Amino acid sequence: MRIKEHPILTFEEKKELSFFFDGKEVFGYEGDTIASALHALGVKTLSHSIELHRPRGFYCAIGNCSSCNMIVNGKANVRTCVTLLVENMQVKTQVNKGDIYETN
Amino acid sequence: MKQIDLVIIGGGPAGLSAAKMAAESGLSSLIIERDFKVGGQLVKQTHMFFGSEKQYAKTRGIDIAKILVNDVLKYPELIEIMTDTTVVGLYKDKVVTLLQNDKYIKVQTNAIIIATGASEKVLAFENNDLPGIYGAGAVQTLMNVHGVLPGQNVVMVGSGNIGLIVSYQLIQAGVNVLCVLEAASEIGGYKVHASKLKRLGVDIKTSHSIKKAIGKEYLEKIVIGKLDDKWEFIEGTDEELVVDSLCISVGLSPLSNLLSMIETEMKYVSYLGGLVPLIDKNHETSIENVFVAGDVCGVEEASSAIVEGYLTGLVVAKKLGFVHPNYDELYLDFKDQLQNLRSGPFGEKLRLGLEEIMR
Amino acid sequence: MLNTNGVPEKKLVLSKFPDRELLLKPKAITECYEDIPCNPCATSCPFDAIYIGEDINTQPVVDFEKCTGCGICVYNCPGLAIFTVQELDSTNARFKIPFELRPLPEKGETWSGVNRAGEIITEVLIEKVSLKATHDKTALVQVLVPVEYINYFITIRRQI
Repeated sequence: MRIKEHPILTFEEKKELSFFFDGKEVFGYEGDTIASALHALGVKTLSHSIELHRPRGFYCAIGNCSSCNMIVNGKANVRTCVTLLVENMQVKTQVNKGDIYETN
Repeated sequence: MKQIDLVIIGGGPAGLSAAKMAAESGLSSLIIERDFKVGGQLVKQTHMFFGSEKQYAKTRGIDIAKILVNDVLKYPELIEIMTDTTVVGLYKDKVVTLLQNDKYIKVQTNAIIIATGASEKVLAFENNDLPGIYGAGAVQTLMNVHGVLPGQNVVMVGSGNIGLIVSYQLIQAGVNVLCVLEAASEIGGYKVHASKLKRLGVDIKTSHSIKKAIGKEYLEKIVIGKLDDKWEFIEGTDEELVVDSLCISVGLSPLSNLLSMIETEMKYVSYLGGLVPLIDKNHETSIENVFVAGDVCGVEEASSAIVEGYLTGLVVAKKLGFVHPNYDELYLDFKDQLQNLRSGPFGEKLRLGLEEIMR
Repeated sequence: MLNTNGVPEKKLVLSKFPDRELLLKPKAITECYEDIPCNPCATSCPFDAIYIGEDINTQPVVDFEKCTGCGICVYNCPGLAIFTVQELDSTNARFKIPFELRPLPEKGETWSGVNRAGEIITEVLIEKVSLKATHDKTALVQVLVPVEYINYFITIRRQI
């Protein structure tokens, strides 16, 4: 959900960007990180723990905790909280340690 | 290999001010920032800052960020900024290695200022890893930078300044804050922040904490309980609350990992938030020409980080032969400002902590 | 209790109010009960009516003779801990309070009056809402409050 009215901030209308989340086309806005765009769409689970496959969302939003790592354009372990969304990005949920050379 | 006089690691308040003061002294520097923009955590601080005019008191953090970034942009010949860049190696002979867009870059420098800041601590409780449980600062980024709400019903754990301020900002964004939990018997942050929340109808529950989170794919409910004076849960005080988000604000840890790579002398000081380097009065670590500024050498307010940045930039430049025309005056002024910011009752633990790391 | 739930005790609140006869003219009440490093109230006052001094960890002291109740300190206080109050007559008091939420009240509306514990205590009339560039997003809301709540009213809440 996005903020519409705010006493201190103004959120200007930004360009819509289309991207793919687990193969499905979805939309975010220019200036979004991958994590914020997914969050606005109601997607809170970004990765899964390696051993027990427990769902994980982001925790720190400063690129530190690795809880938001996803596979982006075939590259695993991308910190989606500090990675800007780009048109046509392929974003996939990661369930393991991630392969170096995974291809789409 | 890229050659540069000074490498500043971290483009937050401390790093930006250090670069500005170094540039004013005539020294060139390279700021390395792992986020896609500089400004650090100021970019999400929508509240007015405390302190005095010299640290931009009564200006909102978001506007202080703009001031500091503009100051740095005034020196395009002297200050280079690399964003989306992570430091992956630090060597004693002042070689810094970087990763930028999958490219590995080596930099040779004469001095390093580490201004990496701090990260939010986690709290141990059942299911604390469920999506929907965030650091309070992370939620602040989501709301105030990206304009995205974390949820509709939130509980805040921790009543320090960050917990109180973010709770207020959640309300400003239109989110319902059910309550603030504080394990201690008294509120941790400034009471003006607490009173501001209380008058909006938010309960601040001291001697209370989170017992467990409930949910399958994401957070659905939490169980809270009352604590006795030994911080143990009192039986029969459990209360279940339906929430979609939980914010954890139980302090920050200095991001001092890089310093360990060059075997800097470190010490664990709980008053400063965790593992911090030993420093001298000019913020130089046990490794010559490696300096620190901001939360990395002790967690405190951003106002202090700004002044520490100025101070460190000033002394590093002098050490490398670039003496600021007003060096003596500025040096005393920065020292004086830091003392003033820390001299009240809220600065007591900090003062004790800083004494412990003086070389 | 201020330290345990954020509600200042009545004694504390009264300690920041001047004598009642001084309130016939508007005066600033600084609800700052701790020695925190902060001084914008003192530096923003055009009448030098608020004193903090060299050590910014000192609580502000208002010189009620000099204070005109202009309200500049109200939106300059980072803690939103200042308001102005005037005892207009035997029925009403006029407050100027800081307000940083949406929706903003509008002139002529009736809102709920809220006390320091967050409880609704009365109805209040919105007299004026100003939000100039110098206010830096903190609106200054002028409210008419029944005089018996002069030591209790602290903010407004939209009626549902």
